[in-house]
Parts: sequence; C-alpha cells; structure tokens
Amino acid sequence: MTGAPPIVEMTGISISFPGVKALDAVDFRLFPGEVHTLMGENGAGKSTLIKALTGVYKIDEGQILVAGEERRFGGTADAQAAGIATVYQEVNLCANLSIGENVMLGHEVRGPFGINWKATHRAAAEVLATLGLEQLDLRRPLATLSLAIQQLVAISRAMVTRPKVLILDEPTSSLDANEVANLFTVIRKLRDQGVAILFVTHFLDQVYAISDRITVLRNGGFVGEYPTRELDRTTLISKMIGKDFATLRSLGSERQSHHYEPRGEPLLKAEDLGRKGSSEPTDLELHQGEVLGLAGLLGSGRTELARLLYGADRPDSGTVWLRGRKTDIHTPTAALAHRIAFSSENRRDEGIIRDLSVRENLVLAVQAKRGWFRPLSRKEQDALTRKYLTELNVRPADPERPIKFLSGGNQQKVLLGRWLATEPDLLILDEPTRGIDVGAKAEIQAAVAALAAKGVAVVFISSELEEVVRLSDRIIVMKDHRKLAELENGPHVTAETIVAVIADEGDDEEGDSE
Amino acid sequence: MSDLAARLAAGRGAIVRNQAFWGVIAIAALLAINVVADPGYLSVGYNGETGRLSGNLIDILRAAAPILMIAVGMCLVVATGGIDLSVGSIMVVAGAVSMELLRGMDGSAGNAALTLAIALGIATALGAVNGFLVSVVGLQPFISTLVMMLAGRGIAKVITGGQNTTADNDSFAWLANGYVVGVPVVFLLAIAIVALVWLLVRRSALGLMLEAIGMDSRASRLAGVKRRSLQLTVYSVSGLLAGIAGVFATASVMTVDVSRTGYQLELDAILAVVIGGTSLAGGKFSIGGAVIGGLLIATLDKTVVFLGIPASATPAFKAIVIVVLCLLQSERVRSLFRHRRALRAQSQKEAVAA
Repeated sequence: MTGAPPIVEMTGISISFPGVKALDAVDFRLFPGEVHTLMGENGAGKSTLIKALTGVYKIDEGQILVAGEERRFGGTADAQAAGIATVYQEVNLCANLSIGENVMLGHEVRGPFGINWKATHRAAAEVLATLGLEQLDLRRPLATLSLAIQQLVAISRAMVTRPKVLILDEPTSSLDANEVANLFTVIRKLRDQGVAILFVTHFLDQVYAISDRITVLRNGGFVGEYPTRELDRTTLISKMIGKDFATLRSLGSERQSHHYEPRGEPLLKAEDLGRKGSSEPTDLELHQGEVLGLAGLLGSGRTELARLLYGADRPDSGTVWLRGRKTDIHTPTAALAHRIAFSSENRRDEGIIRDLSVRENLVLAVQAKRGWFRPLSRKEQDALTRKYLTELNVRPADPERPIKFLSGGNQQKVLLGRWLATEPDLLILDEPTRGIDVGAKAEIQAAVAALAAKGVAVVFISSELEEVVRLSDRIIVMKDHRKLAELENGPHVTAETIVAVIADEGDDEEGDSE
Repeated sequence: MSDLAARLAAGRGAIVRNQAFWGVIAIAALLAINVVADPGYLSVGYNGETGRLSGNLIDILRAAAPILMIAVGMCLVVATGGIDLSVGSIMVVAGAVSMELLRGMDGSAGNAALTLAIALGIATALGAVNGFLVSVVGLQPFISTLVMMLAGRGIAKVITGGQNTTADNDSFAWLANGYVVGVPVVFLLAIAIVALVWLLVRRSALGLMLEAIGMDSRASRLAGVKRRSLQLTVYSVSGLLAGIAGVFATASVMTVDVSRTGYQLELDAILAVVIGGTSLAGGKFSIGGAVIGGLLIATLDKTVVFLGIPASATPAFKAIVIVVLCLLQSERVRSLFRHRRALRAQSQKEAVAA
C-alpha cells in the first residue's frame, strides 16, 4: 500500500445540479491493495462522487487520474474500459438466468458457431474460484441462492473484466452478521490480489473491521482523508455531522423543559419484537403522552423497528401488548384499527399519492379506516381538510390542487394531517423533517409537542440528534439493527451523549472480537 | 369581451384535451360517413301498431349493450392497474349455462329468473377466482385472466357438450329483444346498470380507493387501503358484468355459439376503456369515457356491416379507425400539429411582409 502510486486520483472535483452544488472541490485517492471507505451522512455527496468515478455524471471542474493518466469519462463504458467496476446496493442480476450466465452476461466467449457455452462456463468457474466460490453449481438459477450469495455473484460478475478498481456501494445493507463476514473474506482476498476497493457503508463496525483508510465528506465538501487506525469513532462521527462536542452540547441544552414521567400501564409493550434480516428482537414500552425518540445512524434499524410496530412489515418473532391486551398487528389496516398511525420516511413512494389532490390524500387513511361503503360526505371531507390545512399552516391552502405541486415541507404537513385525522393514540413519525425547510421543520416539531401534551404517544425518528434530544422524553439508541441503550432524557443527555453511546459500545465490541 | 373569448378558448382547450371528446367526434364522423352512403341512415321510424322505435340508431344502441357492460367492468379493473382478459370467455360461460338450463325447463318467467340468477352467480364466481389469483396468490393480472380466458371457453364447451345450444323462453328473450316505451329493454337495462355502477363507485369511496391502488399501491397500503378485498371485489364485479353481457348476447338469438359468443370481445372492452381516456397504467378512470368508447365500438361494428366492407377486411378497417383516434388523442401528435400550424402562420406572415 505504501510507496505505490495511487491507482485513482481525483482532485478538486466539483459537480453542480440546478440550484445545488453537489460536490465542491473534493479530493479522493485510492491505492492498489487497499480498502478505502467513503463516509458521510445522507446527502453528503458519496453517491455523487461514485457516479463521477463510474462515468454516470460528468464533472464540472477537477481532474480524474487513473493509473497516472488523465481520463474524461463520457459514460459508464469509458469508466469500465479504464478498469473501474461497480457493484450497486440493489443486486442487478437476472434472477431467472443461471449463475454462470449471470457472471458472464455480456462477456460470453464466442466461437465460430455463436456462443461457446463450454468455454463461457469455464471462464465463469475461474472467476468464481478466485473469490472462493468454486463450490457453486454454475447451472443453478440465480433465484435459488440467498441474497448474500447473490451479492457475491454480483461481485464475481464485476471481476470478469479483471478491473483494477472495485466499487462496492452499500453491499452489506441486506446481509446478516455471518453473511457480512463471508463477504469480508472475499473482499480481503481481492485486496490481497492488489485490487483497489472503494467501500460505502453506514455500519461503523464494518468500517473499522475492513477498511484501511477513510475519506469523510460533508454537504458536498471534502472533510479529510485519514488512516483508519488514527481516527477513533467519536472523532469520525463528529467529522461526519460537522459539529464539535462543544456545539453538540450547547444544542442539547435547548431541549423543551417539560419531561413526562410515565405512570400506569404502558399503552404498548413489545417483547422480542423482531424480523430476521431487518430487526433483531427488541423490547420496548410506550406510555400515553410521551415522546420516544429512536436515535442512531442511518441504517441502524430505526425504520425497520418502526415498520414492525405498524405492521408494515410482518414481525416473525415477539409479542405485542396494546393497552394491556395481547395484540397481533400484522397489517397497516389492523394498526389503524388499533389507532396506530405511521408516517414513512419515504415520502415520495410510501407517503403521498402524487396524482391525487391534497384533499384526497388527506382523507385517504380515515376513509380506508371507515371502509369504502361508509363514505365521508364531501362536506365532512372539506371540513377535515380545512381543519388540518389551517392547523398545520399548509401553503397553498388549496384542497383541490394535486399534491405533487406542493413543496416537500407542505406535502409532509398534509401527510401529518392524514395521520392526525385518524385520531391515533400512537403516532410513529419516521424522519418527518428530512429534506424540508427550517420553517416547516419548526412547525412539525411544535405539532409533535402539542400531540404529546394531548396524551398521544409519539415515536419520533430523526437523523438529527439535536432534534431527537429536544423533543423526546425517552431515547432508544440503535445500532446494527438492535437496541443499544435506552436513555431517560434529562439535562445530562445531549447529542454528544448519544454519539458517545454509539461509539463506545462499538469500541467495546471491537475489543471483544479482537 | 376578450375575457369571454379567453374563457371560451380555455374551455375549448379543456374539452379537446378530454380524451372522450375525440370518441364523440369519431362516432359523429362514422355516422356522417353512413349518411353520405345513405341519406336516410339516421332516420328513426315509429311503428304505431307495436309502439316500437326502429332504425339504424336503435340497432346501434341495442348492439352496444353487451360492450357497455364489459367496458365498465374493465374500466374498474384497469383503474387498479390490472386487466381482465377473461370477460369474453365469462360471457360465453354465462350464455352456455343459461341455454342449457332453459332447454330443460318450460318457458315460464320464474324459470327465466332462476336461470338468470344461476348464470350470473357462476359468472361472478369466475370473476372472484380471477380476483383470488391476483390479490391473494399474487399472480399478474394478465396471466391470471389469460388462464381464465382459455379455461372459460373450455368450460362453456363442456357445459353444452360442444354443441351450440338453443332454448325457448319468451321472458328470457324479452331481456334482449323486448321494448319499453318504444326503446329496446336491453339498452335501458345497460344504461341503468352503468348508472348503478357509477353511483356505487362515485357516491361511495370505492372510486377513490381503486384510484389510490392504481396510482401507488405501496403508499395506499400504508394508508390502510385494503388492496386484497378491493381487488377481489373489482374482479368479481367485472365477472358479474361480463355475465350480464353474455346473457344479453345469447338472449337476442336464444342460442349460444360456444366458439363465437363473446369471442375477442375483451379486446373491444380494453379499446373502449382506452378511448374513454383511462390509462392502462391505472389510476384515474372515467366510466363515462368507457361508455362513449363502448358506443364507438358498436357504431364501428354496425358501420362495417352497413358499408358492406368484406368480412375479411373488417379487422383492418377497425384497426385503422382506432389508430387514427389514438393518434388524435396523443398529446405529442397534437403538439406536432400545433407546431406546424404555427410555422405555416409565421411563413405566411413573412410572405405578406415581403
């Protein structure tokens, strides 16, 4: 690793999209035989940088050197020709083709009579063998393999062209611990063969387990490049979030003064609630009128836990007691009937229905709860719509406008209105303030505080730790799809406390495993 | 003054953009062609003795009834993002069941009612099987209903033993051939059923739910919309309406032709829905549009016969009319025309200036 010149050297890379500077003078180096992790929060510019390197985006400024030669990528084919291969987060393979066909797709060995399948399969076997996958039967359809093995096949496919650089974009997001260990064995094997590997993940433990070097980006800017052994977790997180501890502490003290002491029977109690591959079995309790914050980095399993509570995904372990009674919540319909509402983090695909009007979007959940044969009259619909458009200050307050023409913040407010209209006892809000402007954010936070004061139990999920600390009575810290700690909120708790919990626990674990 | 003109222009724009408008134009154009061929084409006669209206227009309305039924059912299925290829086959099953039952009974009105109930029950059940395959099993609508399309005609042949069964029952035949205040019963029934369906979907929240599923099934699931039971309902309703269409089609001649009754009518139904401005991608739907589309298909069928277009050339003629209509409805084609008109106007102006 030391001494050899970098295989990829990107200097001063800038890329602008209309209205946004996605990357601003970012430097990035990749050496042969190293695993290099790219870190940063959502929207920090990680994927933009990767797309610049794979030729998807053209760079506005800067220079890309591959093996010391300047390259101008006009498309992905140019990047591949330069020896850069990519495996994306979602497996991009053909489920109904065989393993061998998938590995060699587009690189089949041709003979005088078209494709020479024998030679093609031989080539596929060679590639799989270099990754330690020689036990796989090439003729089996891909669909019979687990997602983890499919991921390895996808990497094999990328290795067919013998690239010098391999980019792995969140390859572990759908794998369990054993599968990740297998993947890492393969990655180390490739690294030792001299391949330069660029690795993107949200899992901190994995970063420390596999990578030699870390580059941190924040808001499209370059923060720094560090050898992994010289950067401890706490420093890494503060570099990603962009606030030193003093700032984190001062933000924490802005927390609302009221603190709700739960009393009596919990509204909802869950034991061992979990689902294989997405959420480790978790215990939790929720009381009326309390705000429970779920904190953790992206990909820590917050969303997955929330979806289990709502029945959006079916739990495969655990028991839930609602108001003291054992209850199965396996579908959103059942959850709504039990007065639980859930606002998804994916506003565009799982929240708004783009082509319906504001009014129709707002009344949809209430109407679904009542059943279609008991329609809300137009008068009732108008009254509900007017109520929430005013209460939540939606602009423009035009109930008949298709919701797709509203800004993100106003769409979010309409969705909040949709769930409030069902009069829930438990409201789960997954990233309700992501990607919306400061004013709308403050209004949504105020609405959450008001709901809790009225006795609604709220689960509040946000990547902004300050926001979680400010709003919550209790905070569950999550990491790697499991509950790490539960904190009673109070003057001693700040965003820094949470960061410390995430980082410390990881350090301990690393100490154990080594 | 100019304000009024602007509003008129805006109103005209809205009408022209409404796809069903072009269906109306197409019906008018076909009728005009027929009038050119025979100036008396549109005349409606009144027979004082029987109190019946007669004429080509009345024939078109009568022929439109079965198509209206399956077009409306198809419209609801398409709204959820699905498709029902089995309506033609369910028609022939309903027809076969009716004729076989009536053949073995005396011609009383009670027997006609019983037969009707059994035939429509079976048609609804077949639709429910489609709905089950789509919503519970999770097969693609195209495949599920394709299977039913193939199976349905087979079932009909088994029921009649491969024969074209004929039966006698005046009450049953009246459904298709009778008249009330001079107008064919079959058309009145069709319109009443369409109105009923319209009330059902638009006066309850069914329409909104179907559109929500068709537009974004993930978001509507999280909003608590019961996709499964709604899909089951919608395919069952489509089956029921296809059963009614089958009764209409067989009652008029009191014979079921197992290889021709309802043959390829699913394609007519899909065309009627598309002509009516409902996108096959699902979402917003228009029952009124589907009715106009159904009337256009019926007019087209009658025109083909009236103009004496040879049977072998009929499909081609139909295809041409529908392609032209789809081109007129296409936003891109219309903007191309606008662009050319603008260019021509500009060049004329330049010529005048020079």
